[in-house]
Amino acid sequence: MLNYQSTDSPVLTEDFDTQPVTLNINGNLTTLQVMPWVSLLDALREYADLTGTKKGCDHGQCGACTVICDGDRILSCLTLAVMKEGSEITTIEGVAENGHLHPLQKAFIEHDAFQCGYCTPGQICSAIGMLKEGKAKTRADVKELMSGNLCRCGANTNIIDAIMEVKNQNSHE
Amino acid sequence: MNNFSYIKAPDLSAAFSQIRSGDAAKYIAGGTNLIDLMKYNLTKASSLIDINHLDGNHNIEELPDGGLRLGAFARNAATAYHPLIEERYPLLSKAILAGASAQIRNMATNGGNLLQRTRCYYFYDANTPCNKREPGSGCSAISGYNRIMAIMGTSDSCIAVFPSDMCIALAALDAVVNISGEEGDRSLAFADFHRLPGDTPHLDNNLKSGEIITSIDIPKKGFAENYSYLKLRDRNSYAFALVSVATGLELENGIIKDARIALGGVAHKPWRVQEAEDFLKEKEPSPENFAQAAEIILFGAKVYEYNSFKVELAKRAIVRNCIMALNPETQLPGAQPSA
Repeated sequence: MLNYQSTDSPVLTEDFDTQPVTLNINGNLTTLQVMPWVSLLDALREYADLTGTKKGCDHGQCGACTVICDGDRILSCLTLAVMKEGSEITTIEGVAENGHLHPLQKAFIEHDAFQCGYCTPGQICSAIGMLKEGKAKTRADVKELMSGNLCRCGANTNIIDAIMEVKNQNSHE
Repeated sequence: MNNFSYIKAPDLSAAFSQIRSGDAAKYIAGGTNLIDLMKYNLTKASSLIDINHLDGNHNIEELPDGGLRLGAFARNAATAYHPLIEERYPLLSKAILAGASAQIRNMATNGGNLLQRTRCYYFYDANTPCNKREPGSGCSAISGYNRIMAIMGTSDSCIAVFPSDMCIALAALDAVVNISGEEGDRSLAFADFHRLPGDTPHLDNNLKSGEIITSIDIPKKGFAENYSYLKLRDRNSYAFALVSVATGLELENGIIKDARIALGGVAHKPWRVQEAEDFLKEKEPSPENFAQAAEIILFGAKVYEYNSFKVELAKRAIVRNCIMALNPETQLPGAQPSA
């Protein structure tokens, strides 16, 4: 059988070791012992037991794995955990404060902004990042700047409604 | 994804010595394309050398000649939203913001944007022949489903398209790519950085093994008064271009003094035709003249079974975008058609 795989295959004989990586996850300094190829997404879910962050496509196409890293929304599936040594990571488990839901969490409930809920943690982390960036002026801007988060249930209209409500609350403050 | 070791390079010389010592070692910066390719086993590496922590080249700096130097390790989002880019090079800002998603733009670096690989379906499908992935195996796209493929500068070996938006604006702006390697520093004009496929489609660009892009310079002339980026795609956002156009016009008393038109989605590199830009000089910015320029740009287009629509689409996109450049304030988010 023909093999069309790339021929630049490295010699893979050496032994690989885990490396310690210390992350500040939701305010808790956490040292994880991971192999270099473990994504930040898998580190959060499998090593830190924070399964709120979801694995959708695992290829940067759906946004379900969105977390906030040092203030910026990023895709945890396209990031190696070892590359984030010393970073502050906020996941969906860390967005509520003092037992009160984040305003976006409340707005998602009020606007019925989910059906299966699988994309929701990524949608909310992404929306937090987007509002902090402060670049969206209009509803069209919000839709454009949230396009990295897909909802396959058809709740997208309600998701944008929920985000717009929080955005407008903030701008009236 | 194969197993690999991970090394953080503190400086350029450490990066060069690591890349030399490793069999199939690779650099990683933003990683948004590399990790994806490694997950598909399309790219393998014995070790990844993290070059995110090298000194310098993380910011946007002013050059003495009035231009700007974009650090290779500055993120796409930070570049697009930088006040100097927004003010002097809005064409570049719009093009960057038309690409990928907000999350990816927060991660991806400027240097990495130039090095992203094609999104050809067959390149991504390891069960099919692909001369870019496996030289000599054949091109599945030429006789396959080639709707998204190139119409300009193709070869019998490859009809893949270079997918960047940012690079289309950089090409229009006459950017210069600054490169460091063990044998010293060098610079390449943007037009000389990416390659046409020819009979070596596995080579996307003229970067030599072990070299690192350190920065990208953009000359003073930014076309901030009359510019537009138009991106036509199958969905309004977060999709690669079928055709995109970056236009910069310099007008004086209603006459075109200088014009730049670069196309994305049509070739293995950003596509510019000097003859068309020269044709527009000293002429009125009229739809008729833009249409004539479009004819010159698309002259010699070669189409395949499913992508002949791209010729007319590109011609219309050029005219539309040049008209949009006359009124940049009408532009819509996502580089959609306006005006």
